[in-house]
Amino acid sequence: MSSESLSTRPAHLQHHFADTYQQGDAARLGMWVFLLTEILLFGGLFCFYAIYRSWYPDMFINAHRHLNVWLGGTNTVVLITSSVTMALAIRSAQLGKRREAVYNLVATLLLAAVFLIIKYFEYEHKIHLGQLPGKFYTFQGIAGSNPHVFFSVYFLMTGLHGLHVIGGMGVIAWMIQRTRRGEFSPEYYTPLELTGLYWHLVDLIWIFLFPLLYLIG
Amino acid sequence: MDTVSFPWLPSAASTTAADVDALFNFILFAGLAFFLIVTAGVIAFVLRHRRRGKAGLTYGKDHSLALEITWTVIPVILIVIVFVWGFKGYMRMNVVPHGALEIKVTAQKWFWTFDHPDGANAVNELVVPVGKPVKLLMSSADVIHSFFVPNFRVKMDVLPNRYTVTWFEATAEGVYPLYCAEYCGKGHSEMLAAVRVVSDSSYQAWLNANSVMGAGLTLEQYGAQLYTTKACVTCHSLDGTAKDGPSFKGRFGTEILLSDGSRLLMDENYMRESILDPRAKMANGFQPVMPTFQGILKDRQIDALIAYIKSLNQK
Amino acid sequence: MYTGPENSYLKQPRGLKSWLLTLDHKRIGVMYLTAIMFFFLVGGLLAVLMRVELSSPARDVVSAELYNRLFTLHGAIMIFMFIIPSIPAAIGNFVLPLMIGAKDVAFPRLNLASWYIYVVGSLIAVASILQGGVDTGWTFYTPYSTSTNSAVITLTFGAFVLGFSSIFTGLNFIVTIHKMRAPGMTWFKMPLMVWGLYATAIIQVLATPVLGITLVLLIFERLFGIGIFDPAMGGDPVLYQHFFWFYSHPAVYIMILPGMAIISELIATFSHKRIFGYKAIAFSSLGIALVSFLVWGHHMFTSGQSELAAMIFSFLTFLVGIPSGIKIFNWVATMYRGSISLKTPMLYAIAFLLLFTIGGLTGIFLGTLAVDVHLHDTYFIVAHFHYVMMGGTVMALLGGIHYWWPKMWGKMYNETWGRITAVLVFVGFNVAFFTQFIMGSQGMPRRYYSYPDQFAFLHEVSSVGAYILGFGFLIMVIYLIHSLYRGKPAARNPWGALTMEWEAASPPTTHNFDKDMKLEHGPYDFDRVEVEDEEMVKA
Repeated sequence: MSSESLSTRPAHLQHHFADTYQQGDAARLGMWVFLLTEILLFGGLFCFYAIYRSWYPDMFINAHRHLNVWLGGTNTVVLITSSVTMALAIRSAQLGKRREAVYNLVATLLLAAVFLIIKYFEYEHKIHLGQLPGKFYTFQGIAGSNPHVFFSVYFLMTGLHGLHVIGGMGVIAWMIQRTRRGEFSPEYYTPLELTGLYWHLVDLIWIFLFPLLYLIG
Repeated sequence: MDTVSFPWLPSAASTTAADVDALFNFILFAGLAFFLIVTAGVIAFVLRHRRRGKAGLTYGKDHSLALEITWTVIPVILIVIVFVWGFKGYMRMNVVPHGALEIKVTAQKWFWTFDHPDGANAVNELVVPVGKPVKLLMSSADVIHSFFVPNFRVKMDVLPNRYTVTWFEATAEGVYPLYCAEYCGKGHSEMLAAVRVVSDSSYQAWLNANSVMGAGLTLEQYGAQLYTTKACVTCHSLDGTAKDGPSFKGRFGTEILLSDGSRLLMDENYMRESILDPRAKMANGFQPVMPTFQGILKDRQIDALIAYIKSLNQK
Repeated sequence: MYTGPENSYLKQPRGLKSWLLTLDHKRIGVMYLTAIMFFFLVGGLLAVLMRVELSSPARDVVSAELYNRLFTLHGAIMIFMFIIPSIPAAIGNFVLPLMIGAKDVAFPRLNLASWYIYVVGSLIAVASILQGGVDTGWTFYTPYSTSTNSAVITLTFGAFVLGFSSIFTGLNFIVTIHKMRAPGMTWFKMPLMVWGLYATAIIQVLATPVLGITLVLLIFERLFGIGIFDPAMGGDPVLYQHFFWFYSHPAVYIMILPGMAIISELIATFSHKRIFGYKAIAFSSLGIALVSFLVWGHHMFTSGQSELAAMIFSFLTFLVGIPSGIKIFNWVATMYRGSISLKTPMLYAIAFLLLFTIGGLTGIFLGTLAVDVHLHDTYFIVAHFHYVMMGGTVMALLGGIHYWWPKMWGKMYNETWGRITAVLVFVGFNVAFFTQFIMGSQGMPRRYYSYPDQFAFLHEVSSVGAYILGFGFLIMVIYLIHSLYRGKPAARNPWGALTMEWEAASPPTTHNFDKDMKLEHGPYDFDRVEVEDEEMVKA
């Protein structure tokens, strides 16, 4: 590993790294480790899901019929599409096409917003019916014991996921700004790449949530 | 039963205790040997290889397969022995023998209730016959507690909305302390009870005496007895000092202030209601910590307690 | 206070702002050290107050409610604010980049952020005192924690925030160790301290998120009654215990592995000898880290879990004990034919060897199913984990603080007072806690505000031990602070060690080294590299 001499050190290279490769490698590894912690965070909730579903299998089947498969399905398509536009944005940045990258990022941001709007209508409907977690559950008409547990699990999992979507939107908006300012080039686009990794994880978690919550019947 | 007693363990008084003690001592002495080897090594090497002057180069071995295998394999063997022994003992503690006498244990903040098969019940005193297996079916009315009798080497958590089971067979008559071992709040260290191990005939006599509820006593005398046996004493004093609940001294027939600001005459009906539904009308200045005695106290016992509390005014 | 070279990291740049916004791992390490020692002091004072109350069975000094709040706060502060961040975040931050010849950790901004998160989390947790404190014990068991009216939400939220600080430190260290090592430093040329920190970081990253989600659920349970842990609503309070211990058992190894890591350095340096069984020590750290995730159920042998589960957890618990035993033998064997110097750090290392051995061996009693039934939730447990955590981790931390003190501040502490204090701490500790093994075996339950008279004598002795311990720490505070003002200037390599941090100046310059580092010899090559113990030469 040879250090690039002071005069040739690019602006984005921090003082404590020997060269761009080391910096990029470190950033990517850091992101993967971070994603691992995210998986474990959700992992706790998936465990709760598994335990309560095995305790109340019939109730879960009955309760899940009250979720709207069409809205959930649409949202799945929306998020997968946003993953594609995210990947395209990175590709554009790699090729140095700044304007294309911005368009793709904006598309990702809009799709994320669509996801949240649909989710809003789903939540709204459930709140209206009283299909709520724990002691707020007032809905009548789901057979099986403790149906409120299903909605506790539903709101916790989709809520935590929703928070990640909102956080991701903030980061994407920031990336749009940085791309427009021309901070990225075919030599340096690590922040975009990391945002992409994060966004794919958010997408991936939804791909697990959707069948587990909407399609178990 | 003759068992050697060790100062570091309480006297053993159940059929499973001797095995636990033997295993405890096995680990103790094996561990002591291990500890002495380490200590001896440290002391010997410090004395022998103490640095004097310049350190210079040192040429010790930095690995030795034979040595490393030795100090891995020997502990592994010991540990397998301990593991199997411990597991067997644990199974004995968890498998209840057939024909065991079944007693229902209810734990709540901060006392124990023991319901015997034929209707006799007692608070904070578990009376059992010697030499007979006793099965405990346990549940809690509020938070998690834990049933712990050191002399029997028995411990089992007591959970709300679920039954847990443990058993023991006492080997010697006597009175043994019973602790709550799972932290349960303010009165945790007061949640003490006793196991009284008696002969079979005494146990039968005790059952009889307790199912007829104070026969031969006046209501007042019986109430005075219940005041301690049902654990009223834990929270209500007789000398006017306020504990977790108001003192009983001179309270009957007075007007008391309730937590909602209203006033009320303390009469028989209020006392009855407070025993059965303590949180309905809370006395001002106290936390709603008293549990209901619905189902624990029979009508005659409530009458007796009321008579006793009334009598306190005349003294 | 410090009068050393102008270009040291302590002096450049100047001003409070330059400290609060610093990205220098050394300064962040020093800031962590200050914070954790503050909380150690607070937690220690709470402990002394408890021992004052317990010195007699009488209910005199504090009320039962206050006592319950004291032990909860003592546990929460010592675990979440002191011992978990102690060695990794304070000592590790300072020495890790120096040891691997790097200029800094991989993500300096994240490093600073994790310090601020730590401070914010601690402030939130401490704010619970203003709301009247928490009376659940640091384990927050449901349904007690969901039904008590004390400030559970504030304290658990503080612990939740503190978790992020721990995760970010772990993440930073993993990447730093993977990507920032100096040329020539292969994995098996790393100092064992680095291996220990690496194993610790893995646990921090994998286990902490699970605690995070568990505490969030606990908070939601209290706020909204979601019913997940509430038996009355179809939930299960024991499930909480499973989730809690899934984090908190590995967390025990977050606490002890870095302690073991320091001990490897101390024993090698002060025995002036190549460490015995380098690979065995390195791999046993990783082995402990991995198996630690599979033993949580041993906290629940009396909770009514199935016998099969109990058997498996008991077996795995023993499995995790073996590597610890191997490490002890390796350290003792390292001393054989060495050139042993009994400086203060080595005294703490020896204290660790003896106390941690007792702590580990008493763990065997608790892993053994039939015996644990009797000992669970008694003072035996209290004694066991204090022997491991305080006799282990804290002794290692104290050894480490004295060992790297000259590097950190450029000053030597007073060796005579250092040794006297080490002996005092060792004696006080044993008097305070060995008595608790005996009480526990005799059946004294833990978390008792008052107790039957038969335990009075041992409790009294234990309290005296606590006072001796407290007195020892008082002396330590005095001579350490005194050394900052009046201590002799420290040499570059006062102990004659071979790891890379000793090639930096004492204290190091802002960028650690004056040159790009390259590995020239292994960390423990005392059989082929001549190195002077500069302290010894001067004396």
